[in-house]
Amino acid sequence: MRATPKKLVAVLATAGLLTLTAACGGDSGSGGGGGDSADVEVFTWWAEGSEKEGLDALVKVFEEQNPDFNFVNGAVAGGAGSDAKNVLASRLQTNDPPATFQAHAGAELTDYIEQGQIEGLSDMYEEKGWNELFPEGLLERLQQDGEIYSVPSNIHRANVVWANPAVLKDAGLDPEATYDTLDDWIAALKKVDAAGKIPLSVATDWTQVHLLETVLLADLGPEGYSGLWDGSTDWSGPEVSDALDDYATLMDLTNTDRQSLDWPDATQLVIDGDAAFNVMGDWAEAAFASQDKTLGTDYMAFPVPGTDGVFDFLADSFTMPVNGPNPDGTEAWLDTVASAEGQEAFNKAKGSIPANLEAKTDDFGDYQQTAIESWQNDEIVSSLAHGAAASVSWLTDVTAAVAKFGSDGDVASLQEGLSAAAEKNQS
Amino acid sequence: MSTQTPAKPRQGYRTWGPPLLLITPTIIVLGVFVYGLIGANLNTSFQDRHTRGPAEGYVGFENYTALFSDDTFIYSLRNLVLYTGTFLVGTLVLGFLWAWLLERGARGESLFRAVYLFPMAVSFIASGVVWRWLLNNAEGDRASGLNRLFESLGLGFLQNPWWTDQRFGIMAIALPAVWQLTGYVMALFLAGFRGIPEELREAGRIDGASEWQLYRHVLFPQLSPVALSATIIIGHMSLKVFDLIMAIAGQTNYTTQVPATQMWVEFTRGDYAKSAAIGTVLLLIVAVLIVPYLVATYRQERRR
Repeated sequence: MRATPKKLVAVLATAGLLTLTAACGGDSGSGGGGGDSADVEVFTWWAEGSEKEGLDALVKVFEEQNPDFNFVNGAVAGGAGSDAKNVLASRLQTNDPPATFQAHAGAELTDYIEQGQIEGLSDMYEEKGWNELFPEGLLERLQQDGEIYSVPSNIHRANVVWANPAVLKDAGLDPEATYDTLDDWIAALKKVDAAGKIPLSVATDWTQVHLLETVLLADLGPEGYSGLWDGSTDWSGPEVSDALDDYATLMDLTNTDRQSLDWPDATQLVIDGDAAFNVMGDWAEAAFASQDKTLGTDYMAFPVPGTDGVFDFLADSFTMPVNGPNPDGTEAWLDTVASAEGQEAFNKAKGSIPANLEAKTDDFGDYQQTAIESWQNDEIVSSLAHGAAASVSWLTDVTAAVAKFGSDGDVASLQEGLSAAAEKNQS
Repeated sequence: MSTQTPAKPRQGYRTWGPPLLLITPTIIVLGVFVYGLIGANLNTSFQDRHTRGPAEGYVGFENYTALFSDDTFIYSLRNLVLYTGTFLVGTLVLGFLWAWLLERGARGESLFRAVYLFPMAVSFIASGVVWRWLLNNAEGDRASGLNRLFESLGLGFLQNPWWTDQRFGIMAIALPAVWQLTGYVMALFLAGFRGIPEELREAGRIDGASEWQLYRHVLFPQLSPVALSATIIIGHMSLKVFDLIMAIAGQTNYTTQVPATQMWVEFTRGDYAKSAAIGTVLLLIVAVLIVPYLVATYRQERRR
């Protein structure tokens, strides 16, 4: 059999076309998830470290409680969750939702709710008696227009100061001292500055938003701070101006290389004795613990001055997507997440505290014990930097304004940016 | 089966059929994934799709006017110009210099050629991770990277905040870019030098041209097409800069905002319309650079 070059070319071209169409066809056929009805795909950005350990512990409980279901890990790593959120957005738009996905509880869910992408869970809360499992203040903060859309798995506290007592002693300060107001604290910070150490360590933009949030909370009080998100506190008012002045003063007392650092680096400055204080959420505890530091001797932890008795909370939670591939599986997962056993296992490994009041926490760490106590007694407010207080879009605008301030130091333009962000995003 | 009579060249589908068949897949793929998506992007940029939900309607040029009245966007355009300028001048000047030195017969040419070319093999995101450390902006006791080097060499006055400087920070980002692509430009120029026949130089020398005149009137004119290509290649890479900034400064850092990073931030928050508008502006900027070049090349080839 002889083939002329031209025929050969034609055959090759046709073959090329065929593979191309085959490839296209194959692509639209497979759509992720799907498959076995026993599969429960859980979409998270917990891919490493203590978060991964927590997820593993939770999965173990889930598999014990539901031998019929098969856990499928849908974790997408990278970008502190932002990569996962982009992937999730495109999956939800193409109607290919996972059985359940992780989201910060609170306002971060707004976009999904408005698009009708997640189911309301209030009936489920009622039916399963979850309303009694979680503290009332939290349930209030989970609600949007009277409906709850997710099940919280863990609670973190954002308004915590971490301090190095040795540095404080060197600067002539009492390491045991607590500070009633920001002004007292700033006076102490200036002493540390005079002693030649970094008074307050901070890292890249989102940690600056985190710091700003605690300063606003300290100066406006819990009510005024919560009012920022529902419009009852004026962003362009004099109270906010004062708080921003305090924030500017604090930023003057921070390390200059903040843009090059992420939160573990900033916390490490305190651990290593280069900096006196660091404001970070209580996941920083894991950094101290993993380096064999003891609370009370090697490091101190106390609420940000001016926010004593207030618990600035953030929570991870799980949702039920509309048209999910496996509603029974989703329900089973949410059951495990809400259960005392699930919360104990997950939070012990992750270093956070259970949202469920019935979870046994006797063998949790020292810091966690204090956080659990505050969680039960303190006034609860929602964190901005971690998606509880404001929508993703709003937080993006706030972060941009704070990042700009970090480079130009202009308080007036910071306040302008913040009020513009509020105006644009307040519904 | 076999054909008895070999096919004669004939007019008709046998001449244009197979070639057409061959390029059809490419045309389809390009049509859908490049031009189709450019169209879709343009379409989105005229809509009011500011959330993850579907668009409600068209708003004309509103997204564009909003962009150009946004100080941060203007700032990021300014950054882009500064960055491109630094990147272009840096690679062209250094690349030419190295090519010239090698062309003059520096010792160990092949070694230097390899050494200068190697950085190009590294991806921007990987080198960015290293440069993030090199360009750390801490000064004094806590300095690391280049600032530490300056300090230990007694050149402490050279320490600077690098990319966190509000006015010229973006130029620090051009530093790793120059480091990576100068070798490539050098290779282009070296090829240009090698393409000039020895006879031309000899003729110039015989005519009594000094060394400078030889370069000015004989060699440079021959190198100008190379310089143009290098400008276009580096220029369009520079306008699309994204990965380097993401690796060194992150997406939210103010001093290193460029349109591409802003586009990413807007996309991530779900403001698809604004993100698409930024993408279109970016495409237009690149087109301004590329299209005249393509037209010129096309004309040149037709003349041949």
